[in-house]
Amino acid sequence: MQTIPELVADAPAFAPLAPEHRDQIAGCARNRVFQDGAMILREGEPADTFHVIRTGAVALETHVPRRGAVIVETLHDGDLLGWSWLVSPYRVAFDGRAVGTVHTIEFDGACLRGKCDADPGLGYDLLKLVAAVMLERLQGTRMRLLDLYGKGLG
Amino acid sequence: MQATTGSDARVIDPSAIDALIGALRDRGYSVVGPVVRSQSIVYAEIESSAELPRGWRDEQEGGTFRLVRRDDGALFGHNVGHDSLKRFLFPPRVPVWHGRGEDPLEPDQDHPRYAFLGVRSCDLHAVAIQDRVFMGSHYVERDYAARRDDAFFVAVQCGQAGGTCFCTSMGTGPRAEGGFDLALTELLDGQHRFLVEVGSERGAEVLAALPSRVAGDRDGDLAREATERAAASMGRTLDTTDIRDLLMGNLEHPRWDDVASRCLSCTNCTLVCPTCFCHTVEDRTDLAGQETDRDRVWDSCFSLDHSYIHGGSVRGTGRSRYRQWMTHKLATWIDQFGTSGCVGCGRCITWCPVAIDITEETAAIRATDMRHADDS
Amino acid sequence: MASAVAATADGPSLLPVPFRVAGTRQDTHDTWTLTLEPRAGPPLPVFAPGQFAMLYAYGAGEVPISLSGGGSDRTLVHTVRAVGTITARLCALAEGDTLGVRGPYGTPWPLAAAAGRDVIVVAGGIGLAPVRPVIRELVEHRDRYGRVTVLYGGRAPEELLYGDEVAAWAARGDVVIETIVDAADAGWRGRVGLVTKLVPLVDADPANAIAMMCGPEPMMRFTAAALGDRGIGPESVWVSLERSMKCGVGHCGHCQLGPLFVCKDGPVVRHDVAAPLMAVRGL
Repeated sequence: MQTIPELVADAPAFAPLAPEHRDQIAGCARNRVFQDGAMILREGEPADTFHVIRTGAVALETHVPRRGAVIVETLHDGDLLGWSWLVSPYRVAFDGRAVGTVHTIEFDGACLRGKCDADPGLGYDLLKLVAAVMLERLQGTRMRLLDLYGKGLG
Repeated sequence: MQATTGSDARVIDPSAIDALIGALRDRGYSVVGPVVRSQSIVYAEIESSAELPRGWRDEQEGGTFRLVRRDDGALFGHNVGHDSLKRFLFPPRVPVWHGRGEDPLEPDQDHPRYAFLGVRSCDLHAVAIQDRVFMGSHYVERDYAARRDDAFFVAVQCGQAGGTCFCTSMGTGPRAEGGFDLALTELLDGQHRFLVEVGSERGAEVLAALPSRVAGDRDGDLAREATERAAASMGRTLDTTDIRDLLMGNLEHPRWDDVASRCLSCTNCTLVCPTCFCHTVEDRTDLAGQETDRDRVWDSCFSLDHSYIHGGSVRGTGRSRYRQWMTHKLATWIDQFGTSGCVGCGRCITWCPVAIDITEETAAIRATDMRHADDS
Repeated sequence: MASAVAATADGPSLLPVPFRVAGTRQDTHDTWTLTLEPRAGPPLPVFAPGQFAMLYAYGAGEVPISLSGGGSDRTLVHTVRAVGTITARLCALAEGDTLGVRGPYGTPWPLAAAAGRDVIVVAGGIGLAPVRPVIRELVEHRDRYGRVTVLYGGRAPEELLYGDEVAAWAARGDVVIETIVDAADAGWRGRVGLVTKLVPLVDADPANAIAMMCGPEPMMRFTAAALGDRGIGPESVWVSLERSMKCGVGHCGHCQLGPLFVCKDGPVVRHDVAAPLMAVRGL
C-alpha cells in the first residue's frame, strides 16, 4: 500500500512538477474511493476539492430539461477532475458521477491555495499544469461544437 | 508520319479547296470548317468553300472581338473565334445511355465521321491534350474516343497572330508540326494559292485526288515568312518558367482576391477554352420511372455547384474558384497529364467580359512571388 | 489523323450494372446498410478495402459510396447515410429492389504495407464504414499484424454503427477498441469527448506503426496532429478523402483537390500528400 506522497509522486499528471512541489501538495491530499453512481462533485456546490483519478471513469454531466442528464465529458485514469477550486468564486460547474468504482487522490482546495499563496513558485507551476489540461479540453470541446458528425458541413 | 515540306510539298489553287471538300465528303466525312456567324467565327458543317470566311480577319483584345474585312480574299485570314473543336469531339450535351425498366442499359453511339478543315496549331494541340484526358488512362471516354478515332484534320498554318494569341509561349505554334493529315499554308503574294504539307498516309491519299503541282522555292519561302510573321506578332506572352511551382507556391497570394473582385464567375472562359473538360451528368426518368436516361453535359468549375458535397460547396468563394481554374490550367494539369492545359489560343482573354488575362495574372504573381517574400 | 494516345473506343464499360438488394438493415435514424448481389452477367472486378462504387438510384442519380463489407464473393455491402435526394432514395430501397453499380474505383487502404506493423485505425462518424473491411481483415488474419488499435468517435451513442460487431471485436481481447462520443445521456457508461482524446491510449511503436483514418476532415487533421505528437508522422498515416464526384474515373473534373483526382488518386491518400492540400482553404 503506497503512501500519499508516493501516490502523488507516481501520478503522471504531476510529472511536470518538481519533486519538492509534489511533496508540498501531498500534504493536502488523501485517498478516496467512490462507488458506481456516487456524486464526486455536485454542480453549484463550493469547489473545495479537486481530484486526480487513479483508476476508473467519471462522467461530467449537467441536467437539460426534457433530456435529463447529459454527459459532456468523461475523465479517466490519470485525468484531473475539477479546477474550480483555483478560480473565484470557487463553485463547481458540472456534476461529476463515478462510472464504476473510482479511486482518486483528493486534494483540499483551501489547503492548496494557501500553499500556493505562500510559495508563488509552486503556484505558478501548478497553474501551468492546470492550464495545459484546460487548453486540451477546451480545444476538444470547441471541435465537438462543430458537430462534424452531424448532417451539415463536416 | 513526319510532315513533308520542301521538295515533297505540293501547291494547290483556291479552286482545289472545293475539290478537297468534295473528296472528303466522297470518303464519308462530314466536313467542318470555319464560318462567320453571330459576328464571330464558329466551326460548322460546310459543303463548299463559299461558306468559308473569305476576306475576313479578326481583331481581338481583352473582352473584345471584331470581324474586319481584308482586301486580299484570304480564305483563312482570321485567327480563332469563340468556338473550338470540342464542340464536335466533346459536344456540350451527349446521351450516355438510355434504359428501359431495370434492363441492362445500352449506350448510344451515333455520330458522324468528321473532317476538320482550317484547324490551327493551338487547336490541334488542344485536341491532343483532350486525348490525354479522355483516352490516356485505364478508363476511356467512349463517346470522345469514337468521335476522335476517325477524325480527319486539315490544318491551316497561321499567317498572322491574333491580338490575344500566345502560342509561342506555350510551345504550341504558330506552326503545326504534326497531328494533322494535311496542312495548308495560304500564300497571298498576288497569286493566291496554298502550300500543302502531308501529315499521314490518309492525307496523302486525299491530296492525290486533287489537282496539285510541286512546290517551288518561292512557295516554301513565302510559307516560312508567314510563320515568322505569325510568330513575331503574338498579342501576349506568358513566361512559363517554373510555372507549376510558382502558382502552387502562391495559393494565398493577394492577387487572387484582386482577380476575384473582377471575375463574374460567368464561365465564359471555360466554355471557350478548347481544353476545358469538366462535365456533369443529368439523370432523367419518365413519370412512371420506367425509362431512364443519362446525358453528359458541359460543366464549369466556376459554378458553385461544381464542388458541392452534402452540406455545402468546397469552393464557396469566387476567389477559390478562379484560383482553381487558373492553377489547374497552368499548373496542376502538368502533374495530372504531363503537359500544360493551356495552348495559348487567347480565347479566355478575348471572351472574358471584364478582360481578365491569365498572362497578366501570372505575371503579377510572378512579380511579387510570395515564396521569396523573406528574401528582400 | 489518329491520336498519338492509344486511341480505342474500348476500356472498361462505364454503364451501371444492375444489382439486386439482397438485404437492408437500418443502422441509425439516417443510415442504412445495403447488401447487394449482381443480377446477371459477368461479375465486377474484386473490390479492395478503401475502394468505392458509384451507386445508381434509377432515375435519380449516382453517388460514390465506399465499400463497407463483402467485395470478393460477388456480394457488395455499402453503408449509406441519407443526406440528399439520391442517398435518401438508396436508403429507402427494399429487399428485391434493383440499383445500378459501377466500380470498383479509387485507391485502396494500404493493407499490404501494414503487414508486420502496429496498426491504428481511426474512424469518425460514418467514417467507420470505409474502414470496417480493414478491421475485418486485421481481425481475420490477426497474426499478420502487430498491435491493433481502433479508435472510433461518434456524435452520440445512438449514432454509432455496427454495435454488435464492434462489441465482438472488443471481446476478442487481441485488438484494442476504444469508442468515444461527443455527448451522451447519463445512461452511457463509455467515453465522452473528442476522438483525439483516445490517441494517448494507442499502444504502438512509432517507428513501426501505420495509421488509417476516415472521418470529417477537421477530425482527421487534428488526429493526425495528435499522432504526430506520438512520433507517428504523416508518411505513416493514410486518410480517406471525399469530394464531389460525377464520373468516378477522372474524366469529369469534379473531384479535384490540387493535382489529385480524389476518384483515382484517392480516396485513400497518404497524409504527407493530403495535408498540404487540406491546409489550403477552399482548394
